[in-house]
Amino acid sequence: MISFHYARASCVGEALQEVAGDANAKFIAGGTNLIDLMKMDVERPTKVIDITRLPLKRVERTPGGGLRIGALVRNTDLAYHPLVEQRYPVLADAIMAGASQQLRNMASTGGNLLQRTRCAYFYDIATPCNKREPGSGCSAIEGQNRMHAILGGSEACIATHPSDMCVALAMLDAKVHVGSASGDRVIAFADFHRLPGDTPQRDTHLNAGEIITAVELPPKGFATNYTYLKIRDRLSYAFALVSVAVGLELDGDTIKEGRFALGGVAHKPWRDPQAEAVLRGQPAHAATFARAAGVVLRDARGYAHNTFKIDLARRCIVRALTQAACGTPQSQSAKKIV
Amino acid sequence: MINTPVDTKDTEFPISRQPTHSELVARGVTLPIAAGLSSRAAAPPSIGSASPEVVSVSLTVNGTLHALMLDTRTTILDLLREHLDLTGTKKGCDQGQCGACTVLIDGRRVNSCLTFAVMYDGAQITTIEGLATKGTLHPLQQAFIDHDAFQCGYCTPGQICSAVGLISEGRAKTADDIRELMSGNLCRCGAYGNILAAIAQAMRRA
Repeated sequence: MISFHYARASCVGEALQEVAGDANAKFIAGGTNLIDLMKMDVERPTKVIDITRLPLKRVERTPGGGLRIGALVRNTDLAYHPLVEQRYPVLADAIMAGASQQLRNMASTGGNLLQRTRCAYFYDIATPCNKREPGSGCSAIEGQNRMHAILGGSEACIATHPSDMCVALAMLDAKVHVGSASGDRVIAFADFHRLPGDTPQRDTHLNAGEIITAVELPPKGFATNYTYLKIRDRLSYAFALVSVAVGLELDGDTIKEGRFALGGVAHKPWRDPQAEAVLRGQPAHAATFARAAGVVLRDARGYAHNTFKIDLARRCIVRALTQAACGTPQSQSAKKIV
Repeated sequence: MINTPVDTKDTEFPISRQPTHSELVARGVTLPIAAGLSSRAAAPPSIGSASPEVVSVSLTVNGTLHALMLDTRTTILDLLREHLDLTGTKKGCDQGQCGACTVLIDGRRVNSCLTFAVMYDGAQITTIEGLATKGTLHPLQQAFIDHDAFQCGYCTPGQICSAVGLISEGRAKTADDIRELMSGNLCRCGAYGNILAAIAQAMRRA
């Protein structure tokens, strides 16, 4: 790890002032990903700005009936917040499906959105990686790519976004509140993370000099018919091979509105309006779900070691939609899948 | 000798007697060398490191206030082991993947390897050395002995600190809950069955 200057900000304005014009400065909150990457020399900031004392730690109701989550609310505090447990259980479940309790005790809401990929080549500075070193090449496309993307990849990068929380936030149509010296803006969750294209070094549409201040949830939380189903190599504390967050609004057996987002399969949480349109107005049964899965996976592409994920994703989507329709969400504790 | 920047002996092989405060301060200044060595075990050497940045940090460990001068890169794990000679907290992966370094900061269990000490100025830290009171083992320490909940013992301090956090969180109701909420602590010996029994015993008596 290279040496760095430490600065502590006490308000958003101070944080923005500290970061202004310094391309080698990084904000730090939970530090669970940044410190790890700094130890590996993947991230080499010369200035680290501690934002943990910023007043962004509250979960508040919005006038419109939604919820505003401060960027520094820690993952466990969010998952265990009564309003989240009652109204957005899919978010609570997705958070609890990720990492370990120690890490969730540290990790912040804003930081969760900004996690870097867990692609082993990104972490290994001895290998080419376009995300770490633009133009050096992608080691995963011809290398070990079992964990990698089946949707939305490019010739430059097939890394996946590692977050579980973000998969639920994508399904819920969350919004990301961002502050900067030139003013605040709000980014729809679907537009926050980006696909790799030929600039995989950029994970998000957040610009230099901007800071996440909050994540806002709309009123609709799908608290009755939802699930977060995550398939991984061991039952806990592992990144997803495939995960699915589902929210359904049912009228009897008919789907009024159906949403699902996929994790572990792309450079961002994967939503597909065309696939969700297949659900609308249709009976909530396996044939409908399989059609929607076919649509979302229509352009899926496997590589040497991850082709299995296409069929796994198909089955997970059908299973997760079934769980949500039946009102039997996946338990994040007893891991039996029903 | 102790604060000669090129000499790594003291930081590599900590002296066994309790150091004085001024020695601690001096060793804080020399820490970059120790930190560099320990990170080299897991990662290639950093190239082009600028001169170390040293900051003052005060925090309370097991009830004792410590004022230290530290390289900004110092993790709480390295602070405990290299500066305070509290070697009960173990360095396993140093990447937040094994849980051996688990301590309680302001009552919450965290991976101390993924913390910069400077960020925790003013914090209260509890390590495995701080759990027993007046010669009486903490109920979890006793439960781990009662149930033979370890083989090599390397993960044990982290397992016990993590379980202290688990019980104070009050979320675990079933054996499945304990398994899930303890999944951040790996045991390469595979003593999980006995660890589960030990924690369940301590929970019943809590």
